[in-house]
Amino acid sequence: MAQRITIDPITRIEGHLRIDVDIDGGKVNKAWSSGQMWRGVELILLGRDPRDAWAITQRICGVCTTVHAMASVRAVENALNLEIPLNAQYIRNIIMTAHAVHDAIVHFYHLSALDWVDVTSALKADPDKTSVLGESLSSWHLNSKHEMRRVHERLKHFVNGGQLGIFTNGYWGHPAMKLTPEVNLLAVAHYLQALEVQRKANKIVSILGSKTPHIQNVAVGGVANPLATDSQAVLTVERLMAIKGWIDELADFVKNVYLIDVAAVGAFYAEWTTIGKGVTNYLSVPDVPLDGKGTQFAYPGGFIEGGDLASYKPITSFHDEYFRKGVEESVKHSWYNYSDGGALHPFKGETTPNYTDFKADAKYSWLKSPTFYGKVAQVGPLARVLTGLAAKHEATTKYATAALDTVSALAKTKVGLDAMHSTIGRHAARAVTCCVNVDLLSEQWTALLTNMGKGDLTTFNKPVFPKDEVAGVGFHEAPRGALSHWIVIENGKIKNYQCVVPSTWNACPRNDKDEPGPYEASLVNTPIADNAKPLEVLRTIHSFDPCIACAIHLTDTENDATYTVKAV
Amino acid sequence: MRAVVLGIGNTILSDEAAGVRAVEALERDYCLPPAVQLIDGGTSGMEMIEDLSDLDFLLVFDVVLTGAAPGTVVTIEGDAIPVFFRKKLSPHQIGLPDVLASLELLDAMPKEIVVIGVEPVSLELGLEMTPTVARVVPQVVQMAVAALRQRGYAVAPALAELA
Repeated sequence: MAQRITIDPITRIEGHLRIDVDIDGGKVNKAWSSGQMWRGVELILLGRDPRDAWAITQRICGVCTTVHAMASVRAVENALNLEIPLNAQYIRNIIMTAHAVHDAIVHFYHLSALDWVDVTSALKADPDKTSVLGESLSSWHLNSKHEMRRVHERLKHFVNGGQLGIFTNGYWGHPAMKLTPEVNLLAVAHYLQALEVQRKANKIVSILGSKTPHIQNVAVGGVANPLATDSQAVLTVERLMAIKGWIDELADFVKNVYLIDVAAVGAFYAEWTTIGKGVTNYLSVPDVPLDGKGTQFAYPGGFIEGGDLASYKPITSFHDEYFRKGVEESVKHSWYNYSDGGALHPFKGETTPNYTDFKADAKYSWLKSPTFYGKVAQVGPLARVLTGLAAKHEATTKYATAALDTVSALAKTKVGLDAMHSTIGRHAARAVTCCVNVDLLSEQWTALLTNMGKGDLTTFNKPVFPKDEVAGVGFHEAPRGALSHWIVIENGKIKNYQCVVPSTWNACPRNDKDEPGPYEASLVNTPIADNAKPLEVLRTIHSFDPCIACAIHLTDTENDATYTVKAV
Repeated sequence: MRAVVLGIGNTILSDEAAGVRAVEALERDYCLPPAVQLIDGGTSGMEMIEDLSDLDFLLVFDVVLTGAAPGTVVTIEGDAIPVFFRKKLSPHQIGLPDVLASLELLDAMPKEIVVIGVEPVSLELGLEMTPTVARVVPQVVQMAVAALRQRGYAVAPALAELA
């Protein structure tokens, strides 16, 4: 007889997510993913000036503010067929890659490492042995004996003082925890170092974005950063030189600590390279555009079916009809009704709520179910790595090979690409994309300086709005995967606006054909050691980096009296 | 001596915007010394670690649910602070409590924290605050100015106010 477990809310994530699983014979046999909070940004945008949409959309989420700003201006530019200056493209690319590096570091160390690392076990470690282990794995300068002794002392201080703060969500002593005390201490040391390092990525965003957490420099048509080679008041070469220093520090940490740690977790938890597979249709979008129009990109994107790299179909430009025509959303299992059945394209999206309470066999989520040409798809770093490998993207191939080689060496067995379709694979893919991003960050920095050196200081092309109706899509390969904003503009005002966000693709409920979404599919067959402490469920869900504040639609609050957001 | 006045909340959920609007009003109506930084934190988290490290004084504007009447202004300080942040369960699960916990790990906690909170009327979707909450924003700003001055920060009315 199956036992139903409800985890509500899933913690250490952004937004309110509920997961239900049926457990039978120590394994999950069915799962349901339910978004428990609505999002109303689309309603607010109707009738407004499209040039203001980015500033409002970046408020829908506390984690991914900048990604929504970027997708929004791209959607308007796409509708207007507006090219932006090269400098603007480079500055946006630097902000986006720095943001992505920040997000990946924080996600791995601060939001998911505690699913694998037992902090209290680290207390039993020998700091000197930990240092020897660390130094055998990489050349990182902070794996020294001195540093490990310091961290060990600090940890004792925290535990003895009852000040464990952020660590209190950890499942200490859980039977599924497998790392040795030394590996745990090494991970805790890197957790603390990551807190320091992540600041550098955020500084880059804040200098170029004029402000964080909510950047202010974006504009439809480019960016609002005045560039100069002399004046102090604007973005100068001197400030850009400081940024280069931080990029180098980030690269050191990402390549010599983060990538290695993920590989080590993969080697010590080898069984987790066979758990959490789920949906193997993968969708990513190309990004880091290298021209003003968005026809050339520093990394590719496209669609893969059934995990078969040979089936890869690329998306080649911001105007590519292959992406634009392929996306639909259905609501059979969502708390909405459509005027006709079936699925709807985002330009024609409807959002009439129909809240029914949680009904596992009927409607159970505020998320819609998106499909790509009728197929459920997983998005995120794993999709980006697999499409990158399919497209023979050089940097992706280099770091993915390095990650698999490190896991193989540590596990003392050959670990191949198949292992990537898993819970650990998603973490490894995030580390691989983080390495690619930190290199791109550096390249885009050079491209900006080179272009400024040629005397080009342009950052903005003024948008002109026609009276007729125009429609556009803006996409961005965000830290959690393919994000798209869809806009219909009439007479310079917003007529329709829809956001199809990465966590809608991954956390969606079953679709029209009753096929489970990626979260739901990935949980099936997961072994559960202790039904009262379903750590294993959290491991797989956290591997997607859930962030669902933005994943939920509501465009009509008038008709819905059943649900109130208690946002305090 | 460094202080931050931080406004938090989601500006698209009507009264949830109160903290952010208070920061904007403080910036508009007062001239602050360089030692005082204003931050519109929105609903963000870890991005704020840099700015909130090693402060002498952190003043937080927020919306609070204490059971008092809507529009009531509440000050939380001293021993009540850790309790307040422990109990705070928000749809934005990665928020200020996690930032503060991280600052604790970094040994960079603010020396003093005060929260000035407003009881909301509505947290429904909308860019406008309710009149009840909008009306108390100036009072909240006044309290912040008094708190800053009491700790030796020279806060003056903006020039437009003097004229």
